[in-house]
Amino acid sequence: MTTVASAAPALAPATGPGPAIRRGRGRRAEGRAAWILALPFTLLFAAFTVWPVVQSLFMSFTDTRQKDLRTPFQVDFIGLENYQRALSDPVFQKAAANTAYFVLVGMPLTIAVALLAAVALDKGITRLRAAFRLGFYTPVITSIVAVAVVWRFILQPDSGLLNTALGWFGIQGPNWLGDPQWAMPSLIMMAVWRNFGTGMIIFLAGLQGVPQALQEAAAIDGANAWRRFWNITFPLLRPTLLFVCVTTAIGYLQFFEEPFVMTSGGPLNSTISLSMYTYNQFGFGNYGLAAAMSYLIFVVIAVVTAVQFRLLRQNT
Amino acid sequence: MTGTRRGGRWWTYLALTVALLGVITPFVWMVLGSLKSEGELRRVPPTWWPESASLDNYTELFARLDFGTYFTNSVVVAVAVTAGNLLFCSALGYALAMLEFPGKRALLVVVLGTLMIPGVVTFVPLFVLVANVGLIDSLPGLILPFLVTPFGVFLMRQFILGLPPDLLDAGRVDGVGELGIFARIILPLCGPGLATLGILTFLGSWNNFLWPLVVAQSEATYTLPVALALYSTGQNNTQYGLLLAGACVVVLPLLAVFLAFQRHFIEGIATTGIK
Repeated sequence: MTTVASAAPALAPATGPGPAIRRGRGRRAEGRAAWILALPFTLLFAAFTVWPVVQSLFMSFTDTRQKDLRTPFQVDFIGLENYQRALSDPVFQKAAANTAYFVLVGMPLTIAVALLAAVALDKGITRLRAAFRLGFYTPVITSIVAVAVVWRFILQPDSGLLNTALGWFGIQGPNWLGDPQWAMPSLIMMAVWRNFGTGMIIFLAGLQGVPQALQEAAAIDGANAWRRFWNITFPLLRPTLLFVCVTTAIGYLQFFEEPFVMTSGGPLNSTISLSMYTYNQFGFGNYGLAAAMSYLIFVVIAVVTAVQFRLLRQNT
Repeated sequence: MTGTRRGGRWWTYLALTVALLGVITPFVWMVLGSLKSEGELRRVPPTWWPESASLDNYTELFARLDFGTYFTNSVVVAVAVTAGNLLFCSALGYALAMLEFPGKRALLVVVLGTLMIPGVVTFVPLFVLVANVGLIDSLPGLILPFLVTPFGVFLMRQFILGLPPDLLDAGRVDGVGELGIFARIILPLCGPGLATLGILTFLGSWNNFLWPLVVAQSEATYTLPVALALYSTGQNNTQYGLLLAGACVVVLPLLAVFLAFQRHFIEGIATTGIK
């Protein structure tokens, strides 16, 4: 950031007035060019990100409804009423519990599978690495709508692929999406399938930064593979782990698409998530309430991210 | 022993192969299913290979259901969004990485500060805004809100910070204008960064679903995921073969694009992700 500033004096020694003027003019040209480059982004960003973020906060303290669409500022200020309404709404509480369930089970599972796949690809094999990596990454790039169409078939109770396969081993599979007990585990299974590829790629990059010499020295000292992983690789992987944890948590706390396309939040609200319930409120025209709920989600994400930074950064 | 070590252990290959089969089975089954007839898809237990494979489902998709239009819309939106992000995000990324200008620090803080804000926060006011400027049910309404992203600036700034700062002085000494330095010296060196951002943006736009579902309200503006979502919940929701063929039309072109560029991409995402 400061490199340009420090490079300039070397070119124009600050003796006579001439170079100083030239420097000033260069500065102005640089500043002008920078703003020309920054302008298109800044305008679009101000209109479509900054403004909505601010208006959303404003809306969350008002009773804005769909009929106020054309006149978003002629609404009544109602203080924290939307926030109180959201927090005391039993469905919102249910959605919060479901989201917590999804994050607390789904996130460790996703990260464990991603790490396992990355270590197996990095240490276990030498050939076909690119092919496996690509195969494991394919679900990440797939449209959730297409995924939903396919998985709804696979999870069908009688004719589905999964229960047919379980039947070969004499297991009677449940009605995955139709049973309130099993609907959330089904969505978690799907989310792990769809997301572990991202973590795997990032762990693979992190593993390449672990020096081979350390591993070999430990092997000579008689440390087995497990201890080498736990005492050498894992501590060095901590920054990578932090990154994967933070991005996965931010994504999973906004858990929306899976229940939206697979179960519509059912059965019996067993899979409704915070983001989905917020979207439903938008659909009902309760814009102010939806905005308040979205800010509550934002606060949770900020807190969870801060906690992870503390926990994972501390003991390095 | 060195031989087994260099090749890897056989059981690791076995475990990875079993895992890989588990991961890609849904895709294989989707493609095979799209070639089956309605009758065969309803059979219990399900069949694996199609008994008499046919492309009837695809013919119906494009002839009767207008998937050609949705496909074109998806391509137009994804290309426009990708082009906007590549151009505008790299321009600001360069300014923030290498230039000094008034307001730089504030801009940096605001842009990076919005990285963590969940999409649900901007969703409602964004809809109000787009509705008030009359862009509901139009392709610009699908494109404009996604034309720039803070993530793109973050990624390009990180990448450009890794380039040697002497490039600027070299350009200035040679009399290249300030904008020329960006266009003719910096941008050509940004290949890997642009590839990563381009592929990520294209994937995101192609698969984007919620915003188009709300904004695209007539068949003329549907994108592929919207059409598929509406057909899978609407009156066609029992025509399984048609739905599976639709899923293939959403997934397979993207998979082809991804296969073509995956090398740059996987390396790019791995390195730019953590730096």
